[in-house]
Amino acid sequence: MTPARAFGRSLLPFAIGLPVLVVLQGSLRGSASIILMAAGINVILAVSLNVVNGFTGQFSLGHAGFAAVGAYTAAKITTGLADVQIVGLPVGLSDELIFAAALAAGMVNAAIAGLVVGMPSLRLRGDYLAIVTLGFNEIIRVIIENTPFLGQATGISGLPARTNVLWVGMGIIATVCMAVRLAESTHGRALLAIREDEIAAEAMGVDTTGYKVRAFMISAAFAGLAGGLLVHLIQLCTPRSFTFVKSIEIVAMVVLGGMGSVTGSIVAALTLSLSLEGLRGVQQYRMVLYSLMLIVLMLVRPEGIFGTREIWDLLPRVFRRRGAPPPGTAEPGTGSGGKLA
Amino acid sequence: MTEFLQHLVNGVSLGTIYALIALGYTMVYGVLKLINFAHGDVYMVGAFSGFYLANALGVARAPSLWKAFVVFVVSMMICALLGMVIERFAYRPLRRRARLTALITAIGVSFLLEYGFQLPSIPGLGIPFPPGPTPRFFPQPFQTVGWQPFGVYVSNYDVISFVVAVALMLALQYVVFKTRFGTAMRAVSFDSQVAGLMGINVNRVIAGTFALGSALAAAAALLFAGSRPKIDPLMGLTLGLKAFVAAVFGGIGNVPGAMVGGLLLGLAEEYVAGYTVSSYRDGIAFAFLIIVLLVRPEGLFGRVRAEKV
Repeated sequence: MTPARAFGRSLLPFAIGLPVLVVLQGSLRGSASIILMAAGINVILAVSLNVVNGFTGQFSLGHAGFAAVGAYTAAKITTGLADVQIVGLPVGLSDELIFAAALAAGMVNAAIAGLVVGMPSLRLRGDYLAIVTLGFNEIIRVIIENTPFLGQATGISGLPARTNVLWVGMGIIATVCMAVRLAESTHGRALLAIREDEIAAEAMGVDTTGYKVRAFMISAAFAGLAGGLLVHLIQLCTPRSFTFVKSIEIVAMVVLGGMGSVTGSIVAALTLSLSLEGLRGVQQYRMVLYSLMLIVLMLVRPEGIFGTREIWDLLPRVFRRRGAPPPGTAEPGTGSGGKLA
Repeated sequence: MTEFLQHLVNGVSLGTIYALIALGYTMVYGVLKLINFAHGDVYMVGAFSGFYLANALGVARAPSLWKAFVVFVVSMMICALLGMVIERFAYRPLRRRARLTALITAIGVSFLLEYGFQLPSIPGLGIPFPPGPTPRFFPQPFQTVGWQPFGVYVSNYDVISFVVAVALMLALQYVVFKTRFGTAMRAVSFDSQVAGLMGINVNRVIAGTFALGSALAAAAALLFAGSRPKIDPLMGLTLGLKAFVAAVFGGIGNVPGAMVGGLLLGLAEEYVAGYTVSSYRDGIAFAFLIIVLLVRPEGLFGRVRAEKV
């Protein structure tokens, strides 16, 4: 890939996105921007989970646990450095830099957590991962609730309100770019091969465990980013924001959108977060609706709305990206003999 | 020494409960290769059906042994039926699909039960159903009597629970290894396709397996509720996961393995929590799981099976 193309693929989305985000930042006020940011954070979570559950065909149920790792790391850093100002920089810029560093540290820690959880469970068949990640999600909660340093059950309050539309927007762009480019890379091809048939992939020389663990770490890192953004949006970091229920919500988004479809995850995350915003009054029905949706979806259309296709695959051929696989070649859940789980 | 023995008693009483639930996981995994996520919630439903029955029979006002027996047996039947319904409508249509599909459905069923039971009660039903999120207390069918041999506290509930659990496990052992149904079950577990070709009604065997496992879960719930009467819709979540860990530890798909795994997990949890930090109790099982997966992923009694193409 030429440097120019690499630039186009990696930085162009940011270059295009930045002015749009700045305008949005200036025009959105109050609850509308908060709802939009919360939905945006869900997009980051769903797209990053899709790397494991969609591309790789594994099944993680502890995404919120990784978000918690990122969130607590970032929250500790920003509260710890609340009065620190980087020498020679204006207050605003210094704060933003510290926030960026905090988010990055959160991503790193979440990735490490991903390594620790992924190593033992990803060597085995898929369904163990579901249980181990679920267990991890619970362990994280137990650890937080018993650690005074992390504020126990009450959590860390008084976080600076650093998250804004710009940060969330950049986070979404970074996550989506990561996912789309990953899917088209050698690494991504290996992941898709593992999803389609793990034994065949292994026979072809794909280091299945290695690729799975790396995909899992990438996914965890971006969950950590979302966690860091979330707690600096609500300015409170408690274990309640990262329960098992949150993990299931994200799984529901990925499954609804179609496991393996980045745009599907985005559409589903936005649809579910925004439509359920209207259902806030009947909060207790939320999880019942999610669970019913999961069951019905699996019975009726297990590939989700988009399957493994992206929106651009559904457009007329003229608009389709070059080199994109023809739609409908591979869909999880319908392949014959596919060892998906 | 007294403390050590006390933990032993507590660990065994907890372990038998884990073992009973683990059996359901392991049997279903054996025949379907599916982690039945909803199993922990079947356990929860067992506790609540016992609760409603006990209230309907007036166990709290006039406790008696035959009422306890009726509550016990009918709850097991209700759960057996529930297990069969879940299998019929949620899992059977997906049996030929990818395993992930069934796993997601199982998670959906689990959440449907957990959160469906947390909804506010339907008015005009006469009983508070669904029970809602606040914990309820299971009425005691008989007076708690405690003994202290060698300074170790043992209640009559501990003894009854242990005896009933062991009896149920022996009965299951008999069913699985000595009856026609058990033979069919083991055949389906070995290779369901070939078993079907040999004239075994695979659907009926799978439904029966779900019924057996779910009935054991209900029994576990009632035995557990005897000494720890607080029940709520989310009670099956952690307990179910721990029982699953026990099943994996014993070698998933292996019936005696689940019993041993359950007992060992109960003891491990009791000793670790007792001698170190008790607040980390819920984390122990999962640390255990990770160690088992690293060291011996096939479990204590599991066999390594080569993955066939």
